[in-house]
Amino acid sequence: MAHRLPELPYAHNALEPSIDTQTMKIHHGKHHQAYVNNLNKALEKHAELFDKSIEELMSDLNLVPEDIRMAVRNNGGGHLNHTLFWTVIGPDAGGAPTGDLAAAIDRDFGSFENLKEKMAAAGATRFGSGWAWLSVDGDKLVVESSPNQDSPLSEGRTPIFTIDVWEHAYYLKYQNRRPDYLSAIWNVVNWKQVAANFAKATA
Amino acid sequence: MPFELPSLPYSLDALAPTISKETLEFHYGKHHNAYVTNLNKLTEGKPEAGKPLEEIIVTAEGGLFNNAAQVWNHTFYWNCLKPGGGGAPSGTLAEAINRDFGSFDKCKEELAAAGATQFGSGWAWLVSDNGKLKVTKTANADLPLKYNQTALLTVDVWEHAYYIDYRNARPNYLAAVIDKLLNWDFAAENFTKVSY
Repeated sequence: MAHRLPELPYAHNALEPSIDTQTMKIHHGKHHQAYVNNLNKALEKHAELFDKSIEELMSDLNLVPEDIRMAVRNNGGGHLNHTLFWTVIGPDAGGAPTGDLAAAIDRDFGSFENLKEKMAAAGATRFGSGWAWLSVDGDKLVVESSPNQDSPLSEGRTPIFTIDVWEHAYYLKYQNRRPDYLSAIWNVVNWKQVAANFAKATA
Repeated sequence: MPFELPSLPYSLDALAPTISKETLEFHYGKHHNAYVTNLNKLTEGKPEAGKPLEEIIVTAEGGLFNNAAQVWNHTFYWNCLKPGGGGAPSGTLAEAINRDFGSFDKCKEELAAAGATQFGSGWAWLVSDNGKLKVTKTANADLPLKYNQTALLTVDVWEHAYYIDYRNARPNYLAAVIDKLLNWDFAAENFTKVSY
């Protein structure tokens, strides 16, 4: 089945003022949509791959024929990464994680504050376009960054939270000030969803 | 400070409406300036501080390469644009373009396609590779100098180059820049430096 753009689970203006309405409209409606379109276009050359989920495709890119591997890596990654991103941010969110996730963060980073610093540094130092990630690696939490639309899933790790640091994610509101965007994003992190992702990844 | 932000070869509003004053205020005043500042920080008190930019670029890696190359790329890019640009090259450059691309239109098409298909941040280039003209694309700060090619023209396709004016519509930015701003006199001047 062809891949489809997931609906945004809240209104375009729901993340104001941290992420502005216009950015959400273009980011979801244009950028994410283009990744979905380009992914489907690439898969048409090997239609049997439409049976695979986007997670299956990105988990093992070597299963994707070489003539479309880069297109799937870029556009499939774009689809997968944005799909996660929309769900781990949201309205009436922010604050701090609780429960098992909070305990694992303290265990692996020392404190929630340290995790925030590491994520901000990973996002700020990713040169060019990419993503900052909180991933589950075996039984540990790790912070990492990836270029372009590469996913930790392709490296055997399970991402549970992410911050998009492509310029299109923040330029209309923050322009060159990526660190300001990286500070504001904590106001809209949906920790309930991140905790659910953590529980699933470590089950 | 050893490295300085060169002055823009035209006023900030000179490229409007193709590239707005606001875009240039950020792109030149913030992004380009930040690369210069970072380069100075990275080279302070080190032998690199006294070296020509090109020499740093061909040997450096990591953050030093990124900032040095982005200083060079942006300085070059500003010179590749001019108010009332576009049009067509003449003379030996025009002949070489016809020889290597078949026509000037084909050359422009290839340049637009290179910019549109550079995934993520980067640059589209017209280069001379041992005397043969080619269109190439590079990621992030990467540049023709690394490959012993001579850059003749470039278009910046980092999102910060066009997002204020064109949003996600990178192909529209490329078409407008190629049609209205490219400085073919500058390209011709670069072409005369190519040794055979």
